[in-house]
Amino acid sequence: MTDQRFHPVNLLRGFVRPVDPVLLAILAVLLSAGYLLMLSASPERAHNQMVNTGVALCAMWAAARLPPQRLMSLAVPLYLLGVVLLIGVAAFGETSKGAKRWLDIGVTRIQPSELMKIAMPLMLAWYFQQREGAINLRTFIVAAALLAVPVALIVTQPDLGTSLLVAAAGMYVIFFAGLSWKLIIPVALLGVVGLGSIVVFGDQLCQPDTEWYALREYQKQRVCTLLDPTRDPLGKGFHIIQSTIAIGSGGVWGKGWMEGTQTHLSFIPERHTDFIFSVLAEEFGLVGTLALLAVYVLLLVRGFVIALRAPTLATRLLAGAITMVFFTYAFVNMGMVSGILPVVGVPLPFISYGGTALVTLCLGVGILMSIHRHRGNAHD
Amino acid sequence: MKKKPVAVTLNHNPLLKRDLPAWRARIVLLGLMGCSLALVARAAWLQGFNKDFLQAQGESRYARVLEVPATRGRITDRNGDILAVSTPVRSIWAIPGDARLSPADARALAGLLGMNVNDLNNRLGSARDFVYLRRQLAPDVAQRIADLRLPGIHQQQEYRRFYPGGEMMAHILGFTGIDDRGQEGIELAFDGSLAGKPGARRVIRDRRGQVVEDVESIRPPRDGEDLALSIDGKLQFLAYSALRDAMEQHKAKAGAVVVLDARTGEVLALANAPTFNPNNRAALSGAQLRNRVITDTFEPGSTMKPFIAALAIEQGRVTPATAIDTHNGRMALGRATISDTSRHEVLTVAEVIQKSSNVGTVKMALDFPAETMWAFYDALGFGSPLRLGFPGEASGRLRPARDWRQIEQATMSYGYGLSVTLAQLARAYLVFARDGELLPLSLVRQEGLQKAGRRVLSPDTAREMRTMLEMAAGPGGTAPRAQVPGYRVAGKSGTAHKLEGGRYTNRYVSSFVGFAPASSPRLVVAVMIDEPDGGQHFGGAVAAPVFARITEGALRTLGVAPDMPLTPLRTASRPAGEAL
Repeated sequence: MTDQRFHPVNLLRGFVRPVDPVLLAILAVLLSAGYLLMLSASPERAHNQMVNTGVALCAMWAAARLPPQRLMSLAVPLYLLGVVLLIGVAAFGETSKGAKRWLDIGVTRIQPSELMKIAMPLMLAWYFQQREGAINLRTFIVAAALLAVPVALIVTQPDLGTSLLVAAAGMYVIFFAGLSWKLIIPVALLGVVGLGSIVVFGDQLCQPDTEWYALREYQKQRVCTLLDPTRDPLGKGFHIIQSTIAIGSGGVWGKGWMEGTQTHLSFIPERHTDFIFSVLAEEFGLVGTLALLAVYVLLLVRGFVIALRAPTLATRLLAGAITMVFFTYAFVNMGMVSGILPVVGVPLPFISYGGTALVTLCLGVGILMSIHRHRGNAHD
Repeated sequence: MKKKPVAVTLNHNPLLKRDLPAWRARIVLLGLMGCSLALVARAAWLQGFNKDFLQAQGESRYARVLEVPATRGRITDRNGDILAVSTPVRSIWAIPGDARLSPADARALAGLLGMNVNDLNNRLGSARDFVYLRRQLAPDVAQRIADLRLPGIHQQQEYRRFYPGGEMMAHILGFTGIDDRGQEGIELAFDGSLAGKPGARRVIRDRRGQVVEDVESIRPPRDGEDLALSIDGKLQFLAYSALRDAMEQHKAKAGAVVVLDARTGEVLALANAPTFNPNNRAALSGAQLRNRVITDTFEPGSTMKPFIAALAIEQGRVTPATAIDTHNGRMALGRATISDTSRHEVLTVAEVIQKSSNVGTVKMALDFPAETMWAFYDALGFGSPLRLGFPGEASGRLRPARDWRQIEQATMSYGYGLSVTLAQLARAYLVFARDGELLPLSLVRQEGLQKAGRRVLSPDTAREMRTMLEMAAGPGGTAPRAQVPGYRVAGKSGTAHKLEGGRYTNRYVSSFVGFAPASSPRLVVAVMIDEPDGGQHFGGAVAAPVFARITEGALRTLGVAPDMPLTPLRTASRPAGEAL
């Protein structure tokens, strides 16, 4: 028996078993595309991103191997670790580009807010699982509190983009858990009215001496820049104008890999991180843009299939929320780079440069794989 | 187990069964589809419909047409000595946002720029996107800065104009501005041909403005043409130093000298005082900048008298020997009285010029109709600009004859009531020096020596006038100090009261215009000293010695054969004749 267990074929089988081939194929397409784009946008970082990818795939495999029950047992420690790290950032964090987001843990620098993107839905899914059968208004109030603490910590870094994503991840869980429409509709209405009034009264609101309640000056600038990028073409509007031009100059068929002039002449800012989508759009055109969007939609479909087949409330909530987070990432990033959303500093999932984000995302994929593999074990 | 339908799994949780499948799922689906559609629409809008506009925008961000500067032409004197030359320099500029320098780099850069480190850091801390750190830096220093390879620090090629002649040549040459375009003098007058045409290259530049690819040359730069002036550097030096010394000696307010080649009308020297150093124009006053020879007018006084005598002889009304009663130097004309400085009873026409008698001149002048006198002055070029192409050239004032009252015609005969530039006056004397012909003046070297001019006087009249003017500059004349050893000289002094606020004051403009050698004139030299204040003010005493010094040096420099033995001409004790 022992011999059989260590037989190479069985070893390989044991190694491969946790992995969902569909998700892995989608992931492979995205990671390869990311590597190609990195070679064009910032070749000197391509090697680093390779290393990041390796670490991230290991994390994915590890998560995929764990059964959902073990994952659930990690929810509370992970959540607490995330909150502690966020407090650590507030106390000892490194300041970069005007915000405190990084924590130096000796070996490397990490961005604890990224961790929260997975820990948050995990925590809430675990919590709803605990309250299963007795979910009432009090449950949602506690869930809202669990959500509010890390979000508040991230907002004060300040990092509006990440805090919105973490908030969204938690909200998806709450939404899927069945929050009453009586509560959802007023909040949604408030949001629509708020956004509408910003668009309609943008000119008055963006006067330099108008102060926005609860938002920082740079956040106000970002919203105002979206309304009219030409307001400050050399400053805040520069990113949007340059990326819009790069996307548009790609045309239908693109200029070809490594041929993007806006990319290679450094006209695209942050072209290896948040704005890598404009590199893709310039070099591969509308065809490339639609292809990437299609791959994300495939990821979304696969994620929802996994969620629908999930055996327990917690895994279902978790899978749904993680899938939604992937799509939100992709949509917010492409939206801001192409100029339909404000610039909020969200990377393009699986493609933008950055280790912490990549590891977090692959952990999410690993969790999906784990849920998928254990879909039949509902009564364990 | 494995193939359990979806509906069964949902049964696990009554809550989800109730809520999710119906509305939640649809809402979520609708939301996701909406988001995807928005992205697709946006992509189609940007990459399909707006493609051309955005591509053009993109191109305008990297395609640049660079100007390739043309070298400005050199200015030389008539012998090819360089008077103005453009040397390559470089200007250092920075994009402050890109220039993140370590303290050591900043110190090194500041040292090479010759700046204080704090000043440098202040400039680099500027909120602007472009600052000059230092303009017109020597190429070797600029190269050492380039070798530091500092981010955000850039250079551009420029030219700087250098004037080896300094203040000696300042007024003729003028100067160029920091962009190497002419702003004054010859530099401005001939800017079109000196400047050349910059070339253009099409290049690709990245966001930091660095040229990453040289696509093509659109047109090569055409360098400016060199310009050879008529000025002779040695004569210019003579004129400049003689004028400078006279200014000091007579404590004068200003002065001007012009030397013409009588054969060609070329301006061989042109000097003004006060002057300035064109290589360092930090603190310039308007007085220093003025080119008085060409742009300032003055009432000439007695230097006009020979023209009246010449007209009278030309019309056959008098000969040099005709006697004129000068009434002991007083003559009543209406309510005014015309008087002479030195009084005589009867003078010949030649003596009227020699002694500079106002009364004698007026008696000749009043014999002509006003129109005749005006026509002659006009033919001599008074009242019209010389058209040298020099910026700010003055035309002087000569009113039309129909407005002349008798007293005005009288005063105009001895140089009051009209104004001229020194260049006009010197040119008018060409008719005496050139057997009655007048030439256009030129600041540019002319090819070919002899020129046919416009005839104003007969050669006979001109010859007789030369003899008269030689007498005026001789022992019995008003300006014996114009004499030059070895050469016969001819000329006329002038001393004019200055008109200020409608009244004549006791300040003077002293002048002398003459030519030499008198036997075969080669040079016309005109000297004007404004407000001499050193005890002497008569043209014969103030301006004539300057004429003598310049003429002697110039004739010897040019190698003109002497036309007179080298013997003392006058006794030292004889005082200079005086005239008004």
